[in-house]
Amino acid sequence: MGYEFDFSFIWDFWPDLAWGALETVLLSGASIILGFVAGAGLAVAKVHGSRTVSTLANIYVEAIRNTPLVVQAFWLFFGLAAMGLRMPAFYAAIVTLVINVSAYTAEIIRAGMESIPKGQFEAADCLALSRRQVLFHVELPQAVERVYPALISQSVLMMLASSIMSQISVEELTGAAYGIQSITFRGFEIYIVVAVIYLLLSVLMRFAMEGIAQLAFTRRRRLGTPL
Amino acid sequence: MTNIVEFHNVRKSYGALEVLKGVSLSVPKGSVVALIGRSGSGKSTALRCVNGLESIQGGELNVCGRKLHEAGVKLRELRKDVGIVFQSYNLFPHKTVEENITLSPRLTRGLSKAQAREVAQRVLAQVGLSEKAASYPEQLSGGQQQRVAIARSLAMEPELMLFDEVTSALDPELTGEVLKTIEALAKGGMTMILVTHEMAFAKRVANQIVFMHQGVVWETGDGRMLDAPQTPELRNFIGNGL
Amino acid sequence: MGSSVTIAHYILMLQGMLWTIGLSLMGFVGGTIVGLPIAIGRISQSKALRRSLGLYIALIQGIPLPILMFLCYFGISVAGFNVPALVAAGMAMTAYASAYLAEIWRGSLQSVPKAQWEAAECLALTRLQRMVHVILPQAVKISIPPTIGFLVQIVKNTSYAVVIGFAELTYTARLINNSTFKPFVVFTVAAVLYFAICFPLSHFSRRLERKLKRA
Repeated sequence: MGYEFDFSFIWDFWPDLAWGALETVLLSGASIILGFVAGAGLAVAKVHGSRTVSTLANIYVEAIRNTPLVVQAFWLFFGLAAMGLRMPAFYAAIVTLVINVSAYTAEIIRAGMESIPKGQFEAADCLALSRRQVLFHVELPQAVERVYPALISQSVLMMLASSIMSQISVEELTGAAYGIQSITFRGFEIYIVVAVIYLLLSVLMRFAMEGIAQLAFTRRRRLGTPL
Repeated sequence: MTNIVEFHNVRKSYGALEVLKGVSLSVPKGSVVALIGRSGSGKSTALRCVNGLESIQGGELNVCGRKLHEAGVKLRELRKDVGIVFQSYNLFPHKTVEENITLSPRLTRGLSKAQAREVAQRVLAQVGLSEKAASYPEQLSGGQQQRVAIARSLAMEPELMLFDEVTSALDPELTGEVLKTIEALAKGGMTMILVTHEMAFAKRVANQIVFMHQGVVWETGDGRMLDAPQTPELRNFIGNGL
Repeated sequence: MGSSVTIAHYILMLQGMLWTIGLSLMGFVGGTIVGLPIAIGRISQSKALRRSLGLYIALIQGIPLPILMFLCYFGISVAGFNVPALVAAGMAMTAYASAYLAEIWRGSLQSVPKAQWEAAECLALTRLQRMVHVILPQAVKISIPPTIGFLVQIVKNTSYAVVIGFAELTYTARLINNSTFKPFVVFTVAAVLYFAICFPLSHFSRRLERKLKRA
């Protein structure tokens, strides 16, 4: 025992940590938005697609959900390199995260779609709306609103999981910490600091996503209905 | 007078269960037809056939000049002419009253936002809810929600309105306001078919009452038919119903 | 460009898979030992206890698992011990699994109908007797599908031990890729091995859930 904690080095490295945190935020933000669009598309394919389309969507979702994110990242990053394609690690990380999170988002949104009462569709049909109009004006808005809390949790989990992208040399928060550790050899201290930053980021992220809900779901805002 | 709806020997089955066993019935323009009968008599199914929610398997069904028994009927076009109001209102909970009403006129008839709002104001005035345009469905009583559902259908400017047990989910005091709205529409000359349990209302408002039993039109006539039923089945039904 | 992937490599990957299974079991067993008391503590009458356990769960769930791995790895060495990465990884998996399992089981306990708790109280049973004889048997039934579902997360997330160099399946695959430079072959095989463990668990969990819902 007798280890002496020393956090003083943090002051020399705070710009690295700040950049790392910013990169984590950008990485997560981009992946959440793109993953949401892709996930909604997959959910629609699962629910409304032809037999072939929905089977393909199912296979995709199951394949992604039953394999680790790290393996997916290695497969894509090292695979592209082996094919002689150079993609910056940051973009490879976004592609991997979008592929990954879209499969989870698809399952969440599908559950939301299936929880909408049948009468809503009957009413929409009887108002002469096309299938596309029903989807965009009746089905998806209600589905997303119903499952939004699950989407928040999913997004926070994804932000935390993005830390593994340090393994394909993305200089996000964990990558920055790894770099600092290899210079200072203060591994325990630096990861305590980074853990605290991740905790703050997850709180901020919940906060931001609840703010988005306030903007997106007019009814909730006007009536003060909790999510 | 021209008929807006004509059933000729219409048949409809769910699997082995035949629900409509040859229904014949015509609805002249501007008239009000009330379908009555026990649950399972086929009255709701007959109504739902009129705007294509159910397909028919035999006979002929003409609605607003379209032959629903033939292949290739454009259901979306049909539904611009035939409005329907359901027992469970089916308003869109995430949209305001006005948005519920303007959605279809804007999307299917290409009305501008301003034009659609004008339509909404007009139909809301018709159902007596002008001040509720900005409310959400969950802020309204059941009776008010049902009147909004009626306004939403009216905004399509249909030739024919269908009402499927629209007061069955409502308390007696709320039933009255909805029936009053429908009665006013009838006086305004709207052609309509109603499935209802409100015998006094049917008698007062309908030009023609159709008693359905076991999938066929068992007895039909004007309001007086309820005072002097010709068949034991109708007598029995009224005896239990009133 | 690299050498081909040989039988020896595949055998190494199977060994890695065994370590993945071993680490998963450590996480599940450790997570149960720590998580079950937390789940019960979360519904205790003491507000302070509920709050502090809630804080523990929020902390663990708000920190990335790779960071937990690092914290355990460096924490042990700071404490003056020199232990293999397996121990650090096992500790991190235990902490991680305990937080999520505790939440799953708290939910299961709370979904036992209130009438059952009241009925048990009326039988003059002590709190412990009520828990053991009345509540737990019912809660266990409810908890099985989500617990098996979480096993899938445990198995997949053992791959994060790659950051501290523990030679489970992902780390082994990465080493083999470094020497053979055949990423598509190597990582596809790794993915298939993970899938072979996870998919049956996912499928089983979903089937049990449907069965429970119907009953």
